[in-house]
Amino acid sequence: MSDDILNIEVDGKPVEARKGQMIIEATDHIGAYVPRFCYHEKLSIAANCRMCLVEVEKVPKPVPACATPINEGMKIFTKSPRAISAQKATMEFLLINHPLDCPICDQGGECELQDLAMGYGSDVSRYNDRKRVVKDKNIGPLVSTDMTRCIHCTRCVRFGEEITGKPQLGTTQRGENNTISTYIEQSIDHELSANIIDLCPVGALNNKPYRYSARAWEMTQHAAVSPHDCVGSNMYAHVLRGTVKRIVPRNNESINESWLADRDRFSYEAIYSEDRLLAPRVKRNGEWSEIDWEDALAEAAQALRGAEKTGFLTGPSATLEEGHLLTRLADHLGTANIDHRIGRRDFADQENDPVYPSLGCEIADIETQGAILVAGSNLRHEAPILAHRVRKAALAGAEISFANSSEHEYYFDVANYLSGTGLVELLSGIAVAAAKGKSLPKVARQLCADVKATTEQKAVAESLADAENALVLIGDIAGRHAAFSAVRALAAAISKLTGAKLGTVSAGANSAGLSLAGVLPHRRQGGETRDVVGLNAGDMLDSSLGAVLLLNIEPDADLADAGAVSKLSKQGFVVALTPFVSDALLEAADLLLPVGTFAETSGTYINAAGTWQSFRGVANPVGESRPAWKVLRVLGNLVEADGFEYVTSEDVLEEARAQIGEVAADNEYKGKAAIAKPNGKDVSSADIDVSLYSVDGLVRRAKALQLTAAAQRAADGDST
Amino acid sequence: MAYEQNLVCFSTVGEEESWSLAAYEKHGGYKAWREVLAGKWTPEKLIDEVKASGLRGRGGAGFPTGLKWSFMPRGTGGQNYLVVNSDESEPGTCHDREILRYNPHALVEGIAIAAYAMDATVAYNYIRGEFMDEPAPRFEAAVKEAYDAGLLGKNVLGSGIDIDVETFIGAGAYICGEETALLESLEGKQGKPRFKPPFPANFGLYGRPTTINNTQSIASVPAIVREGAQWFADLGPEGSGGTALFAVSGHIEKPGNYELPMGIPFKDLLELCGGVWKGRKLKAVIPGGSSCKVLPADIIMNCTMDYNSLMEAGSSFGTGAVMVMDETTCMVKVLRRISRFYMAESCGQCTPCREGTGWLYRMLTRIMEGQGEESDLEKLVDVANKIEGHTICALGDAAAWPVQSFLEHYYEEFEYMVRNKGVSMVDAAGDAAA
Repeated sequence: MSDDILNIEVDGKPVEARKGQMIIEATDHIGAYVPRFCYHEKLSIAANCRMCLVEVEKVPKPVPACATPINEGMKIFTKSPRAISAQKATMEFLLINHPLDCPICDQGGECELQDLAMGYGSDVSRYNDRKRVVKDKNIGPLVSTDMTRCIHCTRCVRFGEEITGKPQLGTTQRGENNTISTYIEQSIDHELSANIIDLCPVGALNNKPYRYSARAWEMTQHAAVSPHDCVGSNMYAHVLRGTVKRIVPRNNESINESWLADRDRFSYEAIYSEDRLLAPRVKRNGEWSEIDWEDALAEAAQALRGAEKTGFLTGPSATLEEGHLLTRLADHLGTANIDHRIGRRDFADQENDPVYPSLGCEIADIETQGAILVAGSNLRHEAPILAHRVRKAALAGAEISFANSSEHEYYFDVANYLSGTGLVELLSGIAVAAAKGKSLPKVARQLCADVKATTEQKAVAESLADAENALVLIGDIAGRHAAFSAVRALAAAISKLTGAKLGTVSAGANSAGLSLAGVLPHRRQGGETRDVVGLNAGDMLDSSLGAVLLLNIEPDADLADAGAVSKLSKQGFVVALTPFVSDALLEAADLLLPVGTFAETSGTYINAAGTWQSFRGVANPVGESRPAWKVLRVLGNLVEADGFEYVTSEDVLEEARAQIGEVAADNEYKGKAAIAKPNGKDVSSADIDVSLYSVDGLVRRAKALQLTAAAQRAADGDST
Repeated sequence: MAYEQNLVCFSTVGEEESWSLAAYEKHGGYKAWREVLAGKWTPEKLIDEVKASGLRGRGGAGFPTGLKWSFMPRGTGGQNYLVVNSDESEPGTCHDREILRYNPHALVEGIAIAAYAMDATVAYNYIRGEFMDEPAPRFEAAVKEAYDAGLLGKNVLGSGIDIDVETFIGAGAYICGEETALLESLEGKQGKPRFKPPFPANFGLYGRPTTINNTQSIASVPAIVREGAQWFADLGPEGSGGTALFAVSGHIEKPGNYELPMGIPFKDLLELCGGVWKGRKLKAVIPGGSSCKVLPADIIMNCTMDYNSLMEAGSSFGTGAVMVMDETTCMVKVLRRISRFYMAESCGQCTPCREGTGWLYRMLTRIMEGQGEESDLEKLVDVANKIEGHTICALGDAAAWPVQSFLEHYYEEFEYMVRNKGVSMVDAAGDAAA
């Protein structure tokens, strides 16, 4: 390894650098800052801005630090008169055509050009000719453009080419007329597209919904965690006087790197949606009226206590703390009718569910797999960041296969795309191919009876078996599938026969946490089996319950059962803890309690890699809404449950953590009994797919997201 | 001072249908290639021969051709490429066009030999779009003739050597004459220069080892192999072997392309071309295409036309495009016109060139329109200095050098125009005389 270490000198100080590094990596490493615009760690080197010119001994011209490889003995001067003069020269060129509109530019105060101009620019411009003006483009509802401000660093162009794989911005024309634009008038259209806002070092590409609504220095920055998928992307909320103004990524290499899916970035708009429930409401004789919290809580408690049979349903993005309190509440009321798996249709072998759903590896490890089979998933919609990691694996040479009834577009070379028929049929062929003489696990035998593998199915099995690191991912289309148990048994069989790991892309932000918290009819905290198995999310709707508590559920959109609204309205008394009010809730519920969104509550999510991520409330509650955990705590008091004396959500978390204990992810499928063929239940995935911008109530109410091309396509029934 | 003309690249000129295979073979054409095919030359020997000949890249930079060839990895089993740069677009330069029109077989034979020397089995000739009408078809016809004669293709004449030659016609961008922009264009991308390293010899066309040579350089190769390196080297002075094609233009009695030995004194070249037109006095010469630094008459008249002499004089040999300016020339106007060219041809990729070339042009335009200020003169040089050496490719330098040299040698003309609100010193002198 010592051969890989090169000894160089930076500004007179001896430094060690690794072979193959560029100068800028070495200087960054020791904190000798070299100014730059086009260079970005995640993107290829362009060397076009010329801001990072430095002096190297014995080299006649200043060289770009971003593109000049380190050599043994190199003497680099980042602040010598020649280096500084070259950097200042570039700054002057960048500024001659850059508008002086910082006071009205959203980038002002957080602008790389503005910052560096302080150090390298001149007070007075020597340029007194006409400045360039560039026409702005409409590139969609998420990103605003002020192209006159563009400094042509091409970060946005390279992002499309390299990160998303869907190049939508490019340069047209030459010389001074060089312009960043879409080749033909169209909007940028990718689930990660808005990252170009952060990449743009100037105010050319900015956040459209946020436009002109705050200044960077007025806001406070608070860490947050995305509530939309099982990744748990790290983000910052920028808050002005208690109002979330925008969301930006928080760098975490093991989770979302420096990226953020567009829905994580823009769903905050829904916090201030017109649909927010501002005060508790009660339905009496079919008429809704507002009541105060005290009466509302008393009413809820009375209904829960008075009912013989109760049920508790929560969406999969409830926090661990909320889940824990629900479990305790249900315990106190003596019921096991509690569930968070509200999109699931097939609960037949729920006892074989893993203790909590997980990917089977770290998120970052997806990149190093040699082969991946993604079964029953619209991955770019379900978890954009996971799709991005899978793409990185593909670029690194992994063979990526998909099995799904309908085909979705991926911007890399897909090794095999099995589609056209039902999921069970597709997977059974792969399982047969994977068995190749070996005997199939018993669970899959009936499913695979009389099945012959196609060439493609054989190819998938082979690529999984041949790869040193292979992964079979079960997606959420599979999770919603009417024959989920068959799908899972087959995926497990494939994984077992090929030696590939097995993982799940679970619904919502906290399926893992809610499973561990015991928000399940068959398991208690930590996965301990319940003595008496309660009703699952599907069966609860079909039973006759005295009282039902819904947390963060919109019955028309979130529940698997298409008739959920009317089924709920026939239940005894339905209490809905919800941030939003909708016609469906008004029809289904009897009491509405306004609770905060992810931004208005503290809590904890456990992501698909098993990482616990706690966050605090960042925004003032809207209207009279309260954090759901506090509502549940008070309900606990009112129904006289023991131990509901929590002061903070950390108290809840601590208790939950103690009761859950140490639980390791174990994705090995334990099922033994043979599963029968689904018999007509092997439905097309298109019917059960949930599109990118309709995963939850927040996303559905984020105006800008609903204006995107993707949302429009989904509205037209196109799920690609 | 009789100079023998047309010794190397224009050897067939004067023949009927000089571009035909028959005419070329009459002048020893394909003898060298046949020797190579017969096994008389190893790649190493060929590279050494070209090194010894003193041939330097005629595209402008003057890099020793044999040395460039030696950078290519050979015998790796992977695909190597030879790319010929016929994207001749340096203002004032038009001799590669004449090779394509009148002696394309010299180029074809040169390609075959060079490709063999560098282990390349595929060669592309990148021809500028404006040559679509006559030069490109002539070249393609020559390639076809060579294929038909069995001189190109797979296992040429049973030698086991493969060489395929393809023609690519560019779309008329000056920047595509820059070798890495040319590669990008050839790959079907925007013609924007790549940052080096990596150099094309390691990562060239489609990421494979590639050498890009100028048309004239390659067309000189058959003569070197046929007549010997020594013969070629002896044609010119130390450091500048062979002949050069001088494209003489401007205020000259007999403008045209002249193939003459390297090192010919400028005054002899001027005389050969009939002298400055209309009997006027010589004012200045740009010796190697518009990006070379201008030389005033008193300096250029003492120069010989080769790499060393012109470099010592403060300019460079460039492409051998000699632009002659007589005493009536307004140097401000010339510089403005040159600056306009570089502004228009900048690819816009990197900052100093994208922003600086237009700035230069606008300052010069303002001066001509009578809106100039004295501070502009200093600013012109300063901006040029800030472009020079700061860009990805040499276009930035090409835009800067004229500005620097024009202001160095003719500062008083610029100053005069600023002070007299756009009146040219030359025009004023003419008016006064009249």
